[in-house]
Parts: sequence; C-alpha cells; structure tokens
Amino acid sequence: MSVKVLFTVPLLLSAFLSFAQEKSYTQQIEGTKLSFTMQAIPAGEFLMGSKKGKADELPVHRVKLDAFWMAAFELTWDLYEPFLYKDYETSHSTGPVPANVDAVTRPTKPYLDMTFGMGKENHPALAMTHYNAIQYCKWLYARTGVFYRLPTEAEWEYACRAGSTTEYTFGETAAGLSDYGWFKENSGGKTHPVGQKKPNPWGLFDLYGNVAEWTYDQYAADFYAAQQNGVAVNPVAAPSKLYAHVIRGGSYEDTPSDLRSAARLASDPVWKQLDPQIPKSNWWFPEAPFIGMRLVRPVKTPSKAEIIAYYDQPVIADY
Amino acid sequence: MNNEELREKRREFLKSSALIAGGVLLNQFAFAGGHTSTDDTIKIALIGCGDRGTGAAFQALSTVQNVKLVAMADAFQDRIDNSYKVLFDKFKDKVDVPKERRFIGFDAYKQAIALADVVLLVTPPGFRPGHFEEAVKQGKHVFMEKPVAVDSPGIRRVLAAAEIAKQKKLNVVVGLQRRYQANYRETMKRIQDGAIGEIYSGQVYWNSGGVWVKKREAQQTEMEYQMRNWYYFNWLCGDHIVEQHVHNIDIANWVKGAYPVSVQGTGSRAWRTGKDYGEIYDNHAVELTYADGAVIYSQCRHFEGTENRVDETFQGTKGRTYLSAGNHGVLWDHKGKEIFSHPTKGNKNPYQTEHDELFAAIAKGEFKFSDAERGAKSCFTSIIGRYATYSGQTIKWDDALKADNSLFPAELNWNSNPRLMPDGNGLYPIPTPGKTKVI
Repeated sequence: MSVKVLFTVPLLLSAFLSFAQEKSYTQQIEGTKLSFTMQAIPAGEFLMGSKKGKADELPVHRVKLDAFWMAAFELTWDLYEPFLYKDYETSHSTGPVPANVDAVTRPTKPYLDMTFGMGKENHPALAMTHYNAIQYCKWLYARTGVFYRLPTEAEWEYACRAGSTTEYTFGETAAGLSDYGWFKENSGGKTHPVGQKKPNPWGLFDLYGNVAEWTYDQYAADFYAAQQNGVAVNPVAAPSKLYAHVIRGGSYEDTPSDLRSAARLASDPVWKQLDPQIPKSNWWFPEAPFIGMRLVRPVKTPSKAEIIAYYDQPVIADY
Repeated sequence: MNNEELREKRREFLKSSALIAGGVLLNQFAFAGGHTSTDDTIKIALIGCGDRGTGAAFQALSTVQNVKLVAMADAFQDRIDNSYKVLFDKFKDKVDVPKERRFIGFDAYKQAIALADVVLLVTPPGFRPGHFEEAVKQGKHVFMEKPVAVDSPGIRRVLAAAEIAKQKKLNVVVGLQRRYQANYRETMKRIQDGAIGEIYSGQVYWNSGGVWVKKREAQQTEMEYQMRNWYYFNWLCGDHIVEQHVHNIDIANWVKGAYPVSVQGTGSRAWRTGKDYGEIYDNHAVELTYADGAVIYSQCRHFEGTENRVDETFQGTKGRTYLSAGNHGVLWDHKGKEIFSHPTKGNKNPYQTEHDELFAAIAKGEFKFSDAERGAKSCFTSIIGRYATYSGQTIKWDDALKADNSLFPAELNWNSNPRLMPDGNGLYPIPTPGKTKVI
C-alpha cells in the first residue's frame, strides 16, 4: 500500500473523536495538505526482551501497557520540514500559521544537508537529536492540539511484536526479512520511501530497518533487571542525561540481528563529531543519517501541565 | 630523539620563528607574562570567539601536546565572555586567559597574536587577510578557517603572506577539513594514482536549507548589525558560494591538481528575498573550466523544502567517483564495478585531525604544513564564481586576480558605515547580472 493512497482518504479530526478510542485514524494538520495515519494499539501484556539476543535484552520480563496509537509510518521529511523551516511552513499553509505555533522553538538550520543525498519526498526524516524529536512533537501539539510524543522503549517493542514471541514477528530467523524492511543487504546503503514493505500484524510499516527510531528512554544495559518482579506497568527509564537514549528497529545500515524485535541500540556522542562548533548543536547528528522517529499518542491524555513538562525539559548543552 | 632533545628542538623552532618575525622587542613580548623560554608549553591565541572559534579552540586544546590558551580576541565582549566560560569549564588549567589577556574590538587581534606561539584565526572571513598578515609578520604558526578572503585584493594579500610564511617555516593549516578527512585522502590517493584515469568532468554540490539569521536590534549601528549578521554581507562572508561551497570547489581543484582558467555561471535570490538577508544570493550554478579543457559543474543553494545534497562526483577516462563529508569515497569503473569503497563508520573527526597534525608538527619542530596558497586559490575559485553569477560574464582567473575591488570598509569602527547601506525600506542593493560590474 502506498503512502499516497493513504493520504487521499483523510478523516477529519473532529470526525474521529466521536469514534471509539481503539479506532485507527488519520490526523490532519489543519491549514495544510499534510496528514498522517495513527494505528490503534490495544492495551495488553507481553514478554519484553529475548534470551537469544545480547545481554542487555535480559531478563525477559512481563510488561503491561495502556492502550496507545502509533504512527503507521516513520515520520517523513514531508511532515517534518514545516517544523524545520518556518518560511516553508508559512508558504505551504492555506491560512495564517497560529501564533502559538510561531512560539515553538525551531531547530537551527542544519549546516549540512541532512538528507545526505538519500532523497526527501516520502523518505523518513533523519539525523535529528532526541531533543529535536521531542520539540517536533511540541510543534505538532501546537498545530493539532493533540499530545504526540515518542514511544517508550516498552511501547515500541510491544507494538513491534504485535503479539509475536519470536525474534521477528514473522519467525525465529531473518529469512523473509526483506519482505518487511530495508537493511544492509537490500537497502543499497540508503533510506527508502516509507511503506513500501509489508506492515506488521498491527499495521505498522518499516519497524525493521529503513531508519532506526528514537524511543523516549535513557539507555541502561541493566534496566530490565529492576523490572523482573511481578509485572512492570508502563515502564520507562526517564531520561536525565544527554547520552545515551534507546533507539530501536535498526536501520538501512544494520545487519539483521540489530533489526530483531528485542534488539536494543543506543545513541552515541560520536554522531556529533562532524559538528565543528562549540557548543555543539542541540538539534542535529551530522554522523547519524540512520536515526529517525515515529509518533505515539497515549489513549489516556495527560494533564496540560504534564504535557508541557514533557515538552519543556531543560536543554542539556553538548560540548 | 629523546624527550629533552625534542623539547630543545621545539623551543628553538618556536623562538627562531618569533625572532625572524618581529625582532627582539616582539620576542620579549611573546615570552613575557611568566612564561620562561625553558617552558615547553605551546601557547595559543584565539582570534574570533564565536561558536566555530570556540570549536577550534576545543580541538587545539584536545591535542596531546602541552598546549595552553593564553589570549583571546573578538570584536564583541559577549562573544569572548561566552567562549571563555565554556573553554575554562572544560579545560581548566589549560585555559590561562585572565581578563587582561581578553582583548576586545577591531584591533584586539594584534595584542592577542603577540602573546602566542600558534594563533587560531576564526573571525568572519573578511578579516582573515589582515589577521593572517599580522600573524605571519609576528612569526606565528597558524590555524585559519576557510574562507581566507572574500575579494581579489584580500586573496593577493593572503598569497603574499603565504610566501613569507614559507620562508619563515611557519606551519599554516587551513580549515578545509576534507583535506584532513580519511575518505578524501584515501580516495584521492587512488585517483592520483590513475585508478579512474584523467578527470574530464565533475559535479560538486552544496545544496542545503541555509543557515542562521540574526534580527536587527533597536540600538545597533549599521556596522554592528552587519557584524552580527555577517553571513549576509560580502565584505564579511563572501556569499555562501564562498563561505560553504568552497569546501566542494576545493575538492574539484584537488582532483584536477589545478585551478580553473575561467568561470561562468548564473545565480539569484529565490527564497531569501527579504530585508533580513542582506545582499547575498541564495543560489549559484557555475562551470569551472580548466586549462586541459575539463569542465566541472558546481551548484550551491540555500532553498527550503527542496532536495538537498552536499557531495562531489567526478568522471574520468577510466571510471568515476563519489565523495562526501559523510565519509563516502567510492570508485567505479565504467561498467559500474566497484574498484574501491572507503568504510563510512569508525572514521576520525577531521576537525580534530587538523589540529592533531598541526600541533604534532610544531611539537616536533617540523615545518610540515603550508596550506595557505592552495586555500587562497580554492577560495578565489569560489570568489570568481560569485563574480560570474553577479555579473553574468565569463570571468578569467588572471584578470580577476588583478582586480582592485576591495569590499572592506574605508574606516572600521562601530559608527563608521560599511560600503553597502540599506535603502529607506531596509533593503540592500542586490547584484543584477548584465548590469552589475564586479571587476
């Protein structure tokens, strides 16, 4: 199924609100031609981690999660660039940009070409920092009034598994991975338009490969150890340090073992070594063309104060 | 060589450079302030304390040599204050810059240069020729950022000072960091060995979304506004074809082992049309023609919402290549078979490599780097690209180099006027091909 087809059947925001919460929906960005699809992910319990992977995937433990929606696709440049370029947003809007949107802090323009020549239309947006990814969600909140955020690590793995307990949703081995994702062996060393491969059973595309995806969590190799008594409910390693954060799903550069449902990878300061300025950019990773993002929306909307607190955490300067 | 011998050799090296340069008086000044001639510390002055200047100081102070930052200079107090705080927090006793060695204003560079063995020249590029001349006159080793000048007179000054630097055996590294990046070095070595034959054409790009803009503030004089918003004024920046695209144009010259004899092209303002954007264009497309007939096409633009790329491709008689700052370096034959591919992961930071190699040479008492001439010539290639797009004429290298077309203000203080002033609507005159004369 192509992205364009999905974009031609938009549902108005007001229309979906009368539906049951479990329904998938399309979010319009009012005053633009932009929209994106959110897939309903039911509340549930699953076994997180794997005995067959690396040490940081242990112990396998029970996790219980509330319901949420997850974007069917990785966030594309098409949806990201109005946030990056204010002039572009203005010239591509059918009406005036609301004042509260104007007030959102935008990324500094990247010194380099952040597509790295891999293409833009329908390709995943990439090389943004964790901070940048959260500020994008804030911009989207100002634009839509809906609380979008990064998935927690547990939400990501739960959504990826979609009820499966094997290493990949489709089986224990990587045979057949090419049907689901872009990775080292089939990507040609670059990103591809989202949605060209098969979705997982819950309607999510490109979880494996293409770009790796930010989660909200701080990376700790031993985080699961603290979760093994009883059932961990909505677990999250709340981030307080600039490095490392958990990334998931592997990318077009990675080998199949890094694309497994339970595989955990971490962000790395070396991704900024090609930034010649001090302080280094809070917004870009010039040596991480393989990291992107995917939106999540919890079914239980937090209070406004909690939403603002999520978006407005202090910037940690990077030297 | 044992450590003591090495130290002695380096002391002699630093001292002899300073002696040749400024005579006894300057030499005494250089070693004043508690540093005795038996101290083996390499003293650094930072000229230009913006984010890139602070970055360059970071890299210099991160080398393994015994280095110390002893002086800082900037036109603006707030830039020095911010930079000093960041550097001191990070490097502590490697940063020995008390208030009396933090020099502010347009002439501050002279005093700071005098206190150092190595100077980092990192102001907006329009100042570089004067600063480089002074550093060479005072006999200092130099790291200077690209671009090294913005107009023909500036280039002539840098070329002349580059000659003197060579005679004095002063190491000069220019921040065209691709020259210090492993993928470029490794791929270029193979190209020069003939892996893809003679290069007859190529395409080099800097297509991105543009850079920062500083808003005009109420109390600013025109001079302060242009200094703060330097990217958009040619006497300071040279236009983005010079400031950024010089990186890729330098690669074209490196591949050819030559500089173009003539340049023609076209450019305009498409996205950046308002009064916040000074006088520069936001797109240039130029053809660089070399003496052997090779033509290399260069394209740079700052457009929002378009496809971007920053990289280089070249075609040779036996194959072709792709290079990028993202550590790519690939060679193919004409059948598409890969001859060479540089690994994109695990590469060293080229900005750090520049400083690692410069300071290692200085510490060993070696004269190893004289980048200024080729840096100036690649910058000049970019500058004549701008001449071509602004005028709409074919620009010959030799004619352009003689031009007496300085962009620098006649007088330099906060209340003096730069040559280019806004009209009653706050708009600056924009070059019009067919009307504008540049040389």
